[in-house]
Amino acid sequence: MDLITSILTITVRAGTSLVLATIGEILTERSGILNLGIEGMMLMGAVTSFAVSYYTHNLVLALLVAAGVGMVLALIHAFLCVTMRANQVVSGLSITLFGTGFASFLGQRLGPESNNFRLVGLKGAKFTPVIIPGLSDIPILGALFQQDIITYTVYVLIFVSWFFLFKTRPGLWLRSVGEDPKTADAMGIDVIKTKYRYTLIGGMLIALGGAHLSLSYTPGWAENLTGGRGWIVVALVIFSMWNPARSIWGALLFGGINAIQFRLQAGGTNIPASFLNMAPYIGTIVFLVVITWWEELSKKVGGPASLSSSYMREDK
Amino acid sequence: MKVVFEKRKNVSTTAQVLVPAISFVVSLVLSGIMLSIFGTNPFQTFAAMFKGAFGSINGFSETLVKTIPLLLTGLGVSLAFRLKFWNIGAEGQLTLGGVAAAAVALFMKDFVLGPSLLILAILAGCIAGALWAGIPGLLKTRLNVDETLTTLMLNYVAILFSEYLYYGPWRDPHGYGFPGSAPFVENAWLPRILGRAHVGLYIGLALAIILWIILRRTRWGFEISVIGASPKAAHYLGMPVERNIMLTVLLSGALCGLAGAGEVTGISHRLQQGLSIGYGYTAIIIAWMSQLNPLAIPFVSLVMAGILVGGDQVQLMMGLPSAVGSVMQGLILFPMLAGSLFSEYRLKWIPADKGPSCAKGEA
Amino acid sequence: MKQNSRQPLVSMTGICKSFPGVVANDCVDLELYSGEVLALLGENGAGKSTLMNILCGLYRPDAGEISVRGQRVHIGGPRDAQELGIGMVHQNFKLVDTMTVLENIILGMKNVGFVPDMKKIREKVLELSETYSLKVDPDASVWQLSVGEQQRVEILKLLFRNAEILILDEPTAVLTPQESNELNKVVHRMRSEGKSAIFITHKMEEVMTFSDRVMVLRKGKVVAGVNTASTSPKELARLMVGREVLFEIEKKPFAPGKPILEMQNVCALDDRGLPALKDVSIQIREGEILGIAGVAGNGQRELAEVITGLRKATSGSVKISGKDLTNAKPIQVINAGVSHIPQDRSQVGAVGDLSVASNLAMKEYRKKPLSVAGFLFPKQITLLAKRLIESFNIATPSPETRVKFLSGGNVQKTILAREITACKNLLIAVYPSRGLDVGATESVRRQLVAQREEGRGVLFISEDIDELEQVADTIAVMCDGTIMAVLPAGTADEETLGLLMAGVRPSNLESGATHESGV
Repeated sequence: MDLITSILTITVRAGTSLVLATIGEILTERSGILNLGIEGMMLMGAVTSFAVSYYTHNLVLALLVAAGVGMVLALIHAFLCVTMRANQVVSGLSITLFGTGFASFLGQRLGPESNNFRLVGLKGAKFTPVIIPGLSDIPILGALFQQDIITYTVYVLIFVSWFFLFKTRPGLWLRSVGEDPKTADAMGIDVIKTKYRYTLIGGMLIALGGAHLSLSYTPGWAENLTGGRGWIVVALVIFSMWNPARSIWGALLFGGINAIQFRLQAGGTNIPASFLNMAPYIGTIVFLVVITWWEELSKKVGGPASLSSSYMREDK
Repeated sequence: MKVVFEKRKNVSTTAQVLVPAISFVVSLVLSGIMLSIFGTNPFQTFAAMFKGAFGSINGFSETLVKTIPLLLTGLGVSLAFRLKFWNIGAEGQLTLGGVAAAAVALFMKDFVLGPSLLILAILAGCIAGALWAGIPGLLKTRLNVDETLTTLMLNYVAILFSEYLYYGPWRDPHGYGFPGSAPFVENAWLPRILGRAHVGLYIGLALAIILWIILRRTRWGFEISVIGASPKAAHYLGMPVERNIMLTVLLSGALCGLAGAGEVTGISHRLQQGLSIGYGYTAIIIAWMSQLNPLAIPFVSLVMAGILVGGDQVQLMMGLPSAVGSVMQGLILFPMLAGSLFSEYRLKWIPADKGPSCAKGEA
Repeated sequence: MKQNSRQPLVSMTGICKSFPGVVANDCVDLELYSGEVLALLGENGAGKSTLMNILCGLYRPDAGEISVRGQRVHIGGPRDAQELGIGMVHQNFKLVDTMTVLENIILGMKNVGFVPDMKKIREKVLELSETYSLKVDPDASVWQLSVGEQQRVEILKLLFRNAEILILDEPTAVLTPQESNELNKVVHRMRSEGKSAIFITHKMEEVMTFSDRVMVLRKGKVVAGVNTASTSPKELARLMVGREVLFEIEKKPFAPGKPILEMQNVCALDDRGLPALKDVSIQIREGEILGIAGVAGNGQRELAEVITGLRKATSGSVKISGKDLTNAKPIQVINAGVSHIPQDRSQVGAVGDLSVASNLAMKEYRKKPLSVAGFLFPKQITLLAKRLIESFNIATPSPETRVKFLSGGNVQKTILAREITACKNLLIAVYPSRGLDVGATESVRRQLVAQREEGRGVLFISEDIDELEQVADTIAVMCDGTIMAVLPAGTADEETLGLLMAGVRPSNLESGATHESGV
C-alpha cells in the first residue's frame, strides 16, 4: 500500500509538468499549428524561472517570467508560421535548437560569480508540497493531495480546459479553426488571431511546465534538465486524442515510468528501464495507426484536420 | 492604407539567393547583440569561432568530422522531403545505422576477415537505416498514417534501444565504468584522412553529386519531381507512386544509416553515448536551408559544422558556453523562415478609400 | 432596367473587382427588392460568384458602393454581411465535417453566450426546420449527412441568424430531381415569410422555375435585367452567350470503323462507397466521337476513371482494341494508346509547380529521344516543348514557366498538347471546355474533331448539350450511373434529352436502346 502510494505521489509530481505542457500543446494544435519547439520552450522556462527564484526567492515572479519567456518563443513561432507561412516543422525545430542552446547558455552565464556564473548546483526557492488535511489520509488516492500548489492548479486546469474546449463558444471556434480554417473564416471567425492566441497560450503553459521541473520536481538547474520530455509531450498530445481530459492518462503513464525508474536504479541496472521507456513511443505509433485506419474513429478523436498546413484568405 | 501579401506571377530567384544571405547577416547581428548583453565582444567571439573552426588543421579536421554526418543525413532527409515525406526520423535511422555497423564489427570479426568486415559493417548500417525509415514509410503509403509523428517517435525507440545495448549486453567489461561497447578491431575502422575526419567525407561528396545527377538527369528523378509535386497527377500519368515513395524513403533511411555507420567505424570505433548530438534534427534544417539541392548541402553542412566547432573552441579559449553555436544556428533560421515567404509573395500597398471610380455605361 | 417606385432592399452600384489576370466584375449594378427571388444567370466565369462573394463579405470590391435598406454600407467581412441580414449558401458547403449540425449552425455567432444553451438552440433549430420544411437531425455529424441534407443545414444556418437576404450559389447542381423539388418548396416558404433570395445559376430551368426576375451577366458585365415571366429560355441563352449559339464545325461524314472501346456491364463505386456505375455498356469505334451527356455527378467522372485504370470496376469488362484491360494499371492503359484529359485540370491533369516543358514531357519522357537507358536529356525536352507550344498555340512567357502561372485555357491547352500527341487510338475528354473562354473552347472542340478525322475514337463528356450536338456523332445520356439511352446526334430533341438527363425514359424510346451505325 505504502509503496503504491509513494509511487503515485512521485508519478503525479513528475506528471505535472507533462500535463501542463500537453494541455498547452493541445490548445496550439487545436488551432491547427504544430509546435515542435516544446523541448526548447520547456528548457527556457526552467532556466529562467530558476534564475529568478534564486535571486529573488519570489516564486510568483519566477512563474510569471517563465510564462513570459514561453510566450515570446511562441510568438516567434506563431509569427513565422501564421504570418510568414513558413514550414511549421522547421520553425518548431528551430525554436527547439535555439531554446535548448540559449537555455544552456543562460545556465552557464546567469549564475553568481561565486559559482563561476553557473546556475548548476545552486538552490533557489521552491514549491513545497502542501498536504491537504483529511484528504491526504485516504489510502492510495491520498497521494493526490500531497502535492504542491502548482499540481493542485493543474487538477483544476484539466477540468477548465476540457470544459472550455468542448462546452464554450470560444472553444467551439478554436476547434473549428483547427478542423477547417476556410469554413471558420467564412463564418466570420478571425483565424489568424485564433492561431496566434492559442499558440501563445500553449507556449506559456509549456514554459510553465518547464518551470515546474526547476522549481519543484528536480528542483534546480542542470544541463538538459528536461531530458527529452518535450518530445514525449508530442506523443502525449496524440495519446490524449487532443482532449485535455485525457492528458492525465498519458502523463500518469510517463510519470509512472519515471517513478518506477527511481526504484529500479537502486537495483543497479538500467536494462528494463529502456524498454519501459520505449513503450509509450511505440504505443503512440500503434495508436496513430489505429485511429488513422479506422475512419470513423478518426473523425471522432483524430487530430484537427488542418494541422500543419498554411492558410490564407483569397488564395485562389 | 493596408498592406497585403499578393502572390507573385513568377518565382523570384533574386529572393531565393538574397534571403539566405541576408538571414546569415541578420543572425550575426542578433548573435552579436546577445553576446554584448552578456559582456562579451562579439567581433572577438566571431573571429575566435572562425579561427577555431577553420584556422588550424586540427580545427578544420574537427569541422570536417561534424560535416560528414550532417552532409549524409542532410542528403537523406532532403531526398525524402522532395516527395513531401517529412522524415523527422533521421536521428533514429542514424543511431540504428551505428548499432548495426557495431553489431557486425563486434560479432562478425571472427568470421569475416580483412576489409570485408568494414564493408559489411557499412552495408549493415545502410540497411538498418533503410528499414527503420521503411516502417513509417509503409505506414504512410499503405495506411496513410502521418509520417511526421511516426518518424519522430521511432527516434526515441532507436535511441533507447541503443542505450540498452551499450549499457547492457554489449557493455565493455574492461570499460572502466564508462558506458559503451568494446572497441572494434582495426579492420573495422574507417580510414581517416585528416585528423579524425574520415573517408566518409569523400563518400558524402560523391553521393551529393550522384544524387544531383539522378534527380536532374534521369527518368526516375523526373518521376520523383512529379510525385513530389502532385501524387495524384503522377498516378494518372501511370507513374508507380507507392513504389517510388517507398524506394525514396528507404534510400533516405539508408543515407542516414550510413552516417551512423560512419560515426561508429570512423570516429568512435565503438558504440557509445554521444553517437549523435542531434545531427538528425540539424539535417532537417540543413536540407531546408539548401532548398533540397544536393549540391548546396555539402556547403551548408560545412557552415553549420563550423558554427558548432567554433562554439566548442570558443568555450576553451574564451570561457564562453559552447552552446553559443546552437544559439547562432537557431538565430540563422528565424530570418530565413521569415524570408522564405518572399520568394512566392510580395508586399502590396493598397491605398485607402477608393471611391466609385469606374465609368458607368448603359443602365 | 426595370423602373420601380419601391426602394430596393439591396443596391450594388459600379462594382469592380479584378484578380491577377482577369477582370471578374466590370462596373456591375444590381438591385434586389424585398420578397422577390432574383436569378443571376451567366456562363462559367461571367462574374456571378464574385459579385455575390462581395455582397456576403468574402471579397472586397476594388470600386463601387453597396446600399442595404437605403443606407450605404461597408461590408468588410462575413460578419458585417451577417449583421445586415445577408447570408450565402456556397457551392462548396462551408461546414466543418467533424462537427454536429447544431455546432455548425451556431459557429461564428457571438450572441449565443459564453456557454451556449444547446437545449434552447436545438429547440429553435427544430422550429425553423418545421417552418421551412428543412428536415435534418440536429445531432448528426455533418460527414454523415447526404448532400441534400448538408444543403439544408447551410440554409438553416442563415435562417438561424435571421437572414433576410439569402444567396444560393448553383443550388441544384448537387441535388437529385426530388431534392430540387424540395428546394423549390423551401424557396416558396421563404418568400411567403418575407425573405428575398438571389440564385446564381447557369441553368435555364432553374431560372424559369425559381425566379421572379433575372439578371444576365456576361464576361463581368451586366447585359440584361428582366422579369422572368416576360422572357424565354431562348432569349436568355442568347443574352448569356452573346451571339447565336450555333457554330459550325466541319466534319467528315460519319464512317466508323472497328471498335476501339468496348465496355460491358461495368459496375463501380464512387469515393463514398456508393454505386456510381450500374451495369454500364458502351462502345466507341474508330472515327467516332461518343458524347456523354448528363448533369455532372451522375457517374461520368467514374466512367472515365474506370476506363483509364484509375478506379476499380467491381464487375464487367473493359476492352481496348480487343485487348482486355479491365482493372488494368494506368500505365498499361497508357501504353495501349489511350489518352485522358481529366476533369481536375489543376491537380491531376497538370502539375502547377512544374514547368510547361516538364508537363508536356510527362508522357514522352519514357521514350527516345527524351530518355535513353534511364537517362534524361533536358535539351530534348525543351525541343519537344517548343514544338508543342507552337503547334498548340500555348501562351506562355517561356517553356520553363511554371504551369500555375498560366491561364485556365492555356493550362488546358498544355494538357491537350501532351495527351493528343501521345494518343494512339482512344481519347477521353472529361468536361474539357469547362471554365474556358469562347476562343479556348472552340479550339478544344476542333482538336477533338481532328482526332476523329484521323480515325481515332473519342469519349467526350460534357454538360453542354449544344456542344455535344455539334461535336459528337453519338450521344449517350447518363443519369444516376446508368446509360439512359444512346442516340445518334441530332435525332433527339431538347425535351427528350432533358427528360433523359433527369432520369425519365420517355415512352417513345425503347428501354436499353442501342445506337445503330450510320445515320
